[in-house]
Amino acid sequence: MATNLKRFKEFGSIFINHTNLLRRFSSSSAVLSSVDAQLQPPTTGTGKSINLYTAINQALQIALDSDPRSYIFGEDVGFGGVFRCTTGLAEQFGKHRVFNTPLCEQGIVGFGIGLAAMGNRAIAEIQFADYIFPAFDQIVNEAAKFRYRSGNEFNCGGLTIRAPYGAVGHGGHYHSQSPEAFFCHVPGIKVVIPRSPKQAKGLLLSSIREPNPVVFFEPKWLYRLAVEEVPEGDYTLPLSEAEVIREGSDITLVGWGAQLSIMEQACIDAEKDGISCELIDLKTLIPWDKETVEASVRKTGRLLISHEAPVTGGFGAEISASIVERCFLRLEAPVARVCGLDTPFPLVFEPFYMPTKNKILDAIKDTVNY
Amino acid sequence: MALARRSSNLLKPLSTASSSSSFLNRRPFSTDDSTTITIETSVPFTGHNCEPPSRSVDTTPKELMNFFTDMALMRRMEIAADSLYKSKLIRGFCHLYDGQEAVSIGMEAAITKKDCIITAYRDHCIFLGRGGTLLESFSELMGRQAGCSRGKGGSMHFYKKDACFFGGHGIVGAQVPLGCGLAFAQKYRKEDHVTFAMYGDGAANQGQLFEALNMAALWDLPAILVCENNHYGMGTAEWRAAKSPSYYKRGDYVPGLKVDGMDAFAVKQACKFAKEHALKNGPIILEMDTYRYHGHSMSDPGSTYRTRDEISGVRQERDPIERIRKLILAHDLATEKELKDIEKLARKEVDEAIAKAKESPMPDDPELFTNVYRKGFGVESFGTDRKEVRATLP
Ligand SMILES: Cc1ncc(C[n+]2csc(CCOP(=O)(O)OP(=O)(O)O)c2C)c(N)n1
Ligand SMILES: [Mg+2]
Repeated sequence: MATNLKRFKEFGSIFINHTNLLRRFSSSSAVLSSVDAQLQPPTTGTGKSINLYTAINQALQIALDSDPRSYIFGEDVGFGGVFRCTTGLAEQFGKHRVFNTPLCEQGIVGFGIGLAAMGNRAIAEIQFADYIFPAFDQIVNEAAKFRYRSGNEFNCGGLTIRAPYGAVGHGGHYHSQSPEAFFCHVPGIKVVIPRSPKQAKGLLLSSIREPNPVVFFEPKWLYRLAVEEVPEGDYTLPLSEAEVIREGSDITLVGWGAQLSIMEQACIDAEKDGISCELIDLKTLIPWDKETVEASVRKTGRLLISHEAPVTGGFGAEISASIVERCFLRLEAPVARVCGLDTPFPLVFEPFYMPTKNKILDAIKDTVNY
Repeated sequence: MALARRSSNLLKPLSTASSSSSFLNRRPFSTDDSTTITIETSVPFTGHNCEPPSRSVDTTPKELMNFFTDMALMRRMEIAADSLYKSKLIRGFCHLYDGQEAVSIGMEAAITKKDCIITAYRDHCIFLGRGGTLLESFSELMGRQAGCSRGKGGSMHFYKKDACFFGGHGIVGAQVPLGCGLAFAQKYRKEDHVTFAMYGDGAANQGQLFEALNMAALWDLPAILVCENNHYGMGTAEWRAAKSPSYYKRGDYVPGLKVDGMDAFAVKQACKFAKEHALKNGPIILEMDTYRYHGHSMSDPGSTYRTRDEISGVRQERDPIERIRKLILAHDLATEKELKDIEKLARKEVDEAIAKAKESPMPDDPELFTNVYRKGFGVESFGTDRKEVRATLP
């Protein structure tokens, strides 16, 4: 098995070795450290500096250790998975609890729903978010509606579906997509996306223990790139609570996952031009924390949302509509959206497609000077 | 170790690997390109719900030499793609076909360019087999305008409409139902053409495969499902993922044939048989027993979930090009030196194509927005940095 582990280490490296100037991740940034002390995870044990995939691995290890009814399955997870997230878990907990499935996403999720319906914690891995679509029906029609249509007799609340999402620099059409908005249209499931290792560990443990099915998208760009101190022990972070990770007074920026580090760079640059930006990590996309965003927009009077997924029908549209409803008279400029373009995720044009720092900075200035 | 036990099966057909004694008719050297030579396939076919075809295959000196030349070119192309990837001239994901060449070559020898082929992402050599050029291939690989998909598809998305190659698909298994649609259209047009829908041993476990099989059988479609069983789906050995790795039997009510996919003549015979069958009786599965020498994609060294002995064993005993080389030498159709020269020429052609491809420009920026919809039906989008560029939309 050791040889297998080595192979997959190589496998994951494709996504990380690529250095792209558009995507620098500074570990000293606010993205990695919360300004709101209350939202700091409790420090249980000494925190070590670890990367995001190791944080995910720790969360999974704790989930298996703390609940004998928890199971992990998916393509190649028994070998550690393409991104190393399940490294060592099959060895530690046995192949009956951490196991490979055939290549069949619809089956994987359907199986997970059944397993969860029997009172277990079913943690399914979809190798890439781009491959979640064969399972879309199971998620939308089975997982999300099981509780509702059975009048609460049945549910699959123990189901958590993990999938790496987003751009990596050169992933092309089918290793780069951000499909979160599709799932945000589905009452009955929760959608969670972490921005950093510490967040990933706490949010994943919450998602696994959450009594509702959760789709948990992991920013694969950050698996190795993002490193921060993460408490070693067991801790959870609340779902459906956004976090102000940088305080400001002129404009509110809302994002999630890997995009936050890009947005933060834009905030830093804007500051040089005398614009004070407030940056919010939404963390849970549905049900989302409207109050935190609303309170911020009431303070700044301006809103910018940024995500990698195409702008049309993206979750930014929902945030924009809701905030316009709530803060219409307080808004001093149209809500700005800096998102992926309305094209398939491109291979050769990735830098053009992406909502880069400069695009965000430009939109910040436009909005503030409206 | 279980892996080793299972993997020894991979070498099975080598026991009857081409030695000159296995040829039915050993003919003296002839300058006539079209003399008929009859040779025997490496191993017998195994049928499921059908009477397998004969092991004797007719060929000509010309065909033998073509097989050698074409496979040498494919092999060289893939090895060159490997180095281009390593020097970062190819981006994205790249899956190589070396080892599996006989499947494309044998299939093409049995069918016409009006028969359709649709496959997954391991598509470079299928494209070449359909008549695609090296320049189009390398340009596409490097994302250049001269590429077969105008630089917009990359390694996983090669297409060639004029040769009915419906291309490279990224989602495992997704291309197979599409193949049924192609076959239905062919049947409806009352053409005597068929569709070859290709997929891997890993893909064989996707639900879509069974949906496609049922539709194809229900409507008697001229669809041939070609399972390229290279025995691994990424790092997962077939037996870890499939209760029954006899993929040719997986169709239950759909007949199947197990073929040595390392023997271009076995593939040719099987595809000829399958085409006739499909036109008369509807779908059939061809399981091609084959092997990929490279790892799954460029980020997989390919040597950790299988032993080096297994890989070198297949290379030594079953290599599709070596098999043809031996046949050519045994029939005195060319000397070893002449064959070496052909390989040298392949190398030269590949190098020239790469040099030319490098001269081809990347697609223009506005191409990002084209082909999302038909021309004139697009939506407005912003350019690079909104300040600087606003793309002109088609
Ligand atoms: C729906 C889907 N799930 C997962 C993947 C990732 N993936 C790409 S290729 C592959 C293995 C496929 O193996 P096989 O069908 O045997 O084809 P081979 O690569 O051996 O030619 C996997 C898991 C994908 N592309 N699509
Ligand atoms: Mg395979």
